[in-house]
Amino acid sequence: MFVKQISVFVENTRGALSKVTGILAENGINIRALSIADTTDFGILRLIVQDPYKAETVLKANDIAVKSTDVIAVAISDRPSGLHDALAVLRDADVTVEYMYAFVCRSDCEAYVIVKTDNPETALGALKSGGVKVLSSNDVYEL
Amino acid sequence: MPIWNEKYECMSRDEMTALQTERLVAQVKYIYENVPYYRELMEKKGVLPGDIKHIEDLKYLPFLTKQDLRDTYPYGLFAADTKDIIELHASSGTTGKQVVTGYTRKDIDIWAEAMARTLTSAGADKSSFVQVAYGYGLFTGGFGAHHGAQKIGATAIPISSGNTARQIAVLKDFGTTILACTPSYALYIAETLEEMGIDKSELSLKAGVFGAEPWSEEMRDEIERRLGITATDIYGLTEITGPGVSFECYDRSGLHVNEDHFVPEIIDPATGEVLPHGSVGELVFSCITKEGMPLLRYRTRDITSLNYEKCACGRTLVRMGKVQGRTDDMLIIRGVNVFPSQIEGVLLDLGKTAPYYMIIVDRQGVLDTFEVHVEMLDEFFSDEVKQLEKLENEIRGKLQSVLGISPKVKLVAPKSIPRSEGKAVRVIDRRKK
Repeated sequence: MFVKQISVFVENTRGALSKVTGILAENGINIRALSIADTTDFGILRLIVQDPYKAETVLKANDIAVKSTDVIAVAISDRPSGLHDALAVLRDADVTVEYMYAFVCRSDCEAYVIVKTDNPETALGALKSGGVKVLSSNDVYEL
Repeated sequence: MPIWNEKYECMSRDEMTALQTERLVAQVKYIYENVPYYRELMEKKGVLPGDIKHIEDLKYLPFLTKQDLRDTYPYGLFAADTKDIIELHASSGTTGKQVVTGYTRKDIDIWAEAMARTLTSAGADKSSFVQVAYGYGLFTGGFGAHHGAQKIGATAIPISSGNTARQIAVLKDFGTTILACTPSYALYIAETLEEMGIDKSELSLKAGVFGAEPWSEEMRDEIERRLGITATDIYGLTEITGPGVSFECYDRSGLHVNEDHFVPEIIDPATGEVLPHGSVGELVFSCITKEGMPLLRYRTRDITSLNYEKCACGRTLVRMGKVQGRTDDMLIIRGVNVFPSQIEGVLLDLGKTAPYYMIIVDRQGVLDTFEVHVEMLDEFFSDEVKQLEKLENEIRGKLQSVLGISPKVKLVAPKSIPRSEGKAVRVIDRRKK
């Protein structure tokens, strides 16, 4: 039930980001969701794409530092306390969130949230038994 | 490992002193008579050829520096008539205007002899294939290795530097046993081999003779591991002859100086005083056999020390320590002396980034800024900012403990630092006006 996230090292220089998006575009890879963690000198671009294996391969072939990580995608109902309920489940299971980012889905009244935790297995179990809707990788890649 | 010329490489100290004395006395007279520029320097110092009776009297002679070579450019320090010069070379001009040197037939023989000793010490013999991936041209690296390989009777493969794919094809197809190039290029060849999916076991390579730029022990380990060879350090400079001035033996306890031709001294770079045996200081060479452009007391700006003890390999030739740095390469940042090779050592030791780096020094107001760019390696990349910051901090901490000054460490994209086929440029100093 994990989703593969592709993280990409981007220098904080003009054109660094477009180099990455250019490679993805040339190879017909569709981006489903993204977030950027930025520091003064560099950024980490985190991507959910349609074909993570292909994305990793083509980026590596272009001398870009890439890492594939297991993250969890959950669907949160679009109402007050929706996100809080999911996070409360993780807190009660003693799982720490390393980072998360949300993206909005077109159809249902749901927001999708990508969560990276310090303990993916426990997080996954807790979310499921806590009644949070966890998305399969296919759900996410084929949005 | 065999020794090319036991008579000279293993002679007793007394014999060496007698030989050097005899050669120096004749050489000073020859230079005094044939190089007006040096004659003037001697007269200004009040030294005449008759005052030089022993090798110990070397210290009375005036120094020559790179500036003297520039002032007399191109032929002002030649002692031989130009009709007797059969080959010219020039320095790569790493630190300014190029300097020219000319060789008579005898000088080429001396150079070939020095390189034959060097290559033999690294394991070369008549059956070796020596791939000379130093540049051929005015740079002395290519021809020096070439002359030496041929003197031994080995097969020289004069491929010159560059075109790495072709280097690798030749390494494989021609059965190269010895590779001669700069250490940074050797590492680049290793990297390219790995990328092409060629295992080192598919090559016949046994040893490498690497020089022309300073390199660290850690870099040696890395080259040896990745190419599966023995990596030998060699030293030389265009002004004296080119590669082959000194070379390592299997004992790796310094580089044997071919002192029957090139007499070394260690001086205090500030006062010019000759320092006692074992002291660290600036290396100075006197050419006591050359005819074309025989420099006396040439200041190399290289910092090292000399060891006169007999070596385990059997050679008695004095050993110079690995060059610790160059007075030119040395950066003074916030009053602290920094040698770029120290940074390479730290990165290789840590093993968490590629061994490629770029030093950027600038000045903001009155304060020097010191930045080190280091290439990210896939294995150590993380999706978490804190992990990358931890890596930067780790590198910064190690650099600080070795250099005594804390740089700003910046991780940069893989392969973004230019690879070098000759001498690597690793410093950008924007403070220079």
